[in-house]
Amino acid sequence: MSLFEHHLYTSPLKRPSRLLRAGWLTASVGGALLAAACGGSSSTGGGGTTAPSATPSSVCQGTTAPPGYTNGVSTVSGQATSLSGAGGTFIAPMMSIWTSQYASSNGVQVAYQSVGSGAGIAQLQAGTVDFGESDAFMTDSDISKAKGPVVQVPLAQAPVTVAYNLPGVTRGLHLDGDTIGKIFAGQITSWTDPAIKSLNPNVTLPNLPIAVVHRSDGSGTTSIFTDYLTKESPSWVSALGGPDKSKGKTIAWPVGIGGKGNEGVSAAVGQNNGAIGYVELAYAASQNLTYADVKNKAGDFVEPCVKTAASATVGITSYPADLRIDVVDQSTNTDAYPITGLTWGLVYQNQTDKAKAAALVNFFSWVLTKGQDMAATANYTPLGSDLQKLCIAQLHKLTLNGSPVAP
Amino acid sequence: MSQLAIASGAMRNRPALRRRRAKSGVYTGLLIAALLVAVGALAWVLVYVGVEGFSAISVNFLTHNPPGDPAAAGGGFFNGIIGSLIVVGIAAGIAIPLGIGAAVYLVEYGKGSAPGAIRFVNDVLIGIPTIVTGAFVYAIWVTHFGFSGFAGSLALAIVMLPLVTRTTEEMLRLVPNDLREGSLALGATRSQTVLRICLPTALPGIITGAMLAVARAMGETAPLLLTALGNELFTEFNPGRRMETLSLQIFTNAFTGFKEAQSRAWAGALTLIAIVLILTAAARFFGRRVRTAGP
Amino acid sequence: MPPPADAGGGIAVMRPGVSRVSLRRQRRRWGDTVFGSAVALTGGLVLVVIVGMVVFLVLQGLPAMQHYGFFSFITAGRWAPSEADPTLTHPNPYGILQFMYGMLITSLIGMIIAVPLAIGAALVITEIAPRRLQRPLSSLVDLLAAVPSVVYGFWGIFALIPAIRPIVDFLTSTLGTVPVIGVVFGGPFFGVSYFTAGLVLAIMILPIIAAVWREVFRSTPRNEKEAAFALGATRWEMIRIAVMPRARSGIVGASLIGLGRALGETIAVTMVIGNAVLHINPSVFSQGATMSSVIANEFTEATEPFHLSALFVVGFWLLVVALIVNVVARTVVRRGVAL
Repeated sequence: MSLFEHHLYTSPLKRPSRLLRAGWLTASVGGALLAAACGGSSSTGGGGTTAPSATPSSVCQGTTAPPGYTNGVSTVSGQATSLSGAGGTFIAPMMSIWTSQYASSNGVQVAYQSVGSGAGIAQLQAGTVDFGESDAFMTDSDISKAKGPVVQVPLAQAPVTVAYNLPGVTRGLHLDGDTIGKIFAGQITSWTDPAIKSLNPNVTLPNLPIAVVHRSDGSGTTSIFTDYLTKESPSWVSALGGPDKSKGKTIAWPVGIGGKGNEGVSAAVGQNNGAIGYVELAYAASQNLTYADVKNKAGDFVEPCVKTAASATVGITSYPADLRIDVVDQSTNTDAYPITGLTWGLVYQNQTDKAKAAALVNFFSWVLTKGQDMAATANYTPLGSDLQKLCIAQLHKLTLNGSPVAP
Repeated sequence: MSQLAIASGAMRNRPALRRRRAKSGVYTGLLIAALLVAVGALAWVLVYVGVEGFSAISVNFLTHNPPGDPAAAGGGFFNGIIGSLIVVGIAAGIAIPLGIGAAVYLVEYGKGSAPGAIRFVNDVLIGIPTIVTGAFVYAIWVTHFGFSGFAGSLALAIVMLPLVTRTTEEMLRLVPNDLREGSLALGATRSQTVLRICLPTALPGIITGAMLAVARAMGETAPLLLTALGNELFTEFNPGRRMETLSLQIFTNAFTGFKEAQSRAWAGALTLIAIVLILTAAARFFGRRVRTAGP
Repeated sequence: MPPPADAGGGIAVMRPGVSRVSLRRQRRRWGDTVFGSAVALTGGLVLVVIVGMVVFLVLQGLPAMQHYGFFSFITAGRWAPSEADPTLTHPNPYGILQFMYGMLITSLIGMIIAVPLAIGAALVITEIAPRRLQRPLSSLVDLLAAVPSVVYGFWGIFALIPAIRPIVDFLTSTLGTVPVIGVVFGGPFFGVSYFTAGLVLAIMILPIIAAVWREVFRSTPRNEKEAAFALGATRWEMIRIAVMPRARSGIVGASLIGLGRALGETIAVTMVIGNAVLHINPSVFSQGATMSSVIANEFTEATEPFHLSALFVVGFWLLVVALIVNVVARTVVRRGVAL
């Protein structure tokens, strides 16, 4: 046996040592176990499940009868078979139902991209979509950046809930405007803060830090929510530096996680214990999130639902001619939910494409009549009859090369 | 034998050797742990996506569009799959010929310092963040022509081009010079040599590179956010209009809080991973056969 | 080896009495020139694209840059598009410092985790693993690079965050309470954060860095390794003596390539970083944003004055940083590494 065949010399290419072999074995077994364990657990994040909603308050019980409007525009012929639109996530669940129903009943595919109200307005201004959609109506400066005058048609209204994720706390925590404002300004940071406790003396609040969730994209929902805060919370206004900075589609949020769309905010609230965020009702309801009863102008704590959102616009006697009205926190009805907003479809008044103009008028007319019947089951409030008549009148304003599309 | 015993006894300083061996074992164990963390992470991702995706995937998923109401169960990502195929297909149609042409230039025609500079710039282009590519295509195309599947294809073509160029160049370099010289000696022009001799010889490798580039393009989301924008509910076959791709659909559905939309997103993620991994593995397998089969 | 110079179409042509033969050859030569020019054009395409990118990003960003001044974007401390006023040129509401910070800190965390793991993995693959396992193992690590970014982001939200939550909660309650450095590790932890993004980035850049290291280690001459063994070295000592000295030459290049990839990552980061764009948040466990995540989030809806233009400025700076890192990386690392 030569010296080179001595076992001290081990060709690195031939025999792995026993130590090594044992290492591989335990490692592969351990790796497989680890992968199986991690793969099997499909937890939804740091939260537990949110408590299922308690029974709705009395005003929210019962169903809303479909309004059954029949005053639609008579069908304009020669319509295009597809339309492209973009806009707020606020209306997106409703719009999804509308567009798929419309496609099966009328054969026209309306592709709606839910990208946020800000993007809806921007895309309409750029002319890259046939219609826009936004929960914040276009201001004069927005319209001046567009390619021409814009007709703004309210399509539905809905409440913006203040949703929270607190293990053990059911739906219906009482919150008022200034407390919510302080929370979102980062001045109240724990759920056991005396301000919250004083509004809810009978609720045991867990000792958790508050995780604020807001929108990261330009949002009409943000606009509605911050409109309410600006009206009700002086702390919010001063923290943001004035009423022109404390409301709008984009806000310089002092604290919090940014979620993309109503979807992102609702997901973030559901995934984090101690989170609070503002979400449109349809999202909160279908994900079983718990949300607060918010104090309105009359001093009552109201639960957000189809009926209380409807109550927010009952009693409005006149609307501006262009239907750009702010309904947030205006009503003094005792059962009005204050954080209620309208949402507008945005179309250019002077159309240039005959087929597209016809398709647009037909689609929006359908939304304003048959579409309203589908709203309540989707947790949206159908438009009141006064407003609905004015909306149909707006459709008659659309012109094609000078002459009206729907005379 | 006794000499060996004495020699080995002298060499074997037992405690020190044992210490060094132990140290070696510990360090080796640490290194193996590092590899296991890497492989374990991959296993975790694949197994998680697999488990979540398998429970949601079905033939129905692959052949239907999402339901109108995002909270409704059922439906699938058919429009995303079709959109991905169309958008990536057009991008490949643009990038692959151009990439092969650029590689041919670099290998067969380039003179002086130009090929070196172009090769360098090509490699740098591979590393450009794809969101910047999307912003670029937005600036030159979308502002004039609107969002469309074709704009998305343009952005993906820019992502694929340098990859195709680089792999094709490497394959062309492997073509032996004897073939080129023989062809030229027989009176063929340079273009004929390239088209009839070099490219066919390098073809398997070129296909490998193309497949890898396609796999990369299928997984891209960022540039499409700014160019194709997406079309959530309907199947769109016209690339002049907004299109949905699988990657975009996963992105938008992953964010939602709706469990049903999320489970569709998991099924979509499984589909996308499957497509990308199959393409990648096939390309690598193909490529290895090329290299071992070469002279 | 480069192909031989053009032989000019063949053997010497017989002079006068030309007729069909030389005409055909002339046509062929003309076709050849056209082909050559076409190919040269495609070769120059990448140059056109890169130059075009820089030019167009600058062009689109010009309105904002002219209004607010070129450097104010880097010196201003806040990104607050809602405060933009076309009549005010100061202060600049589109400060991008926090995005650069976000990019840096997430890439740093990613590299701190990925580089040692990559070295370890590469060493195992080249030196320790049995030969028949080498190829499957390196393919496995390479497969990490093939997983799309959006899938990593999705997995990050639902698998990674719940898994790290207890660990991070422990860290915030211990390290986070220490004076001075506690600020960097402070809670509360809400899942999405710089740290989470850094972890996801680590997994994504690991295979690329490992590939570079693999090439570096593979270039170790075999006789050096065998000599070490012959002298009685244990496996680790052999690695330390023969293989690791090569690492010094590779460390800069590999890290830069990893950094380049980390900088470009958009979607996975956007999904797990939390999108807090206002200013820099000091704790790594708090939310943030990066240059690419803010573009992805705000691009299609920038309606405030100069908002879209400011986003192009962000894109411009991102391009500049990416170009610098990639150029340096490619200069340092020799070509041929399969990335």
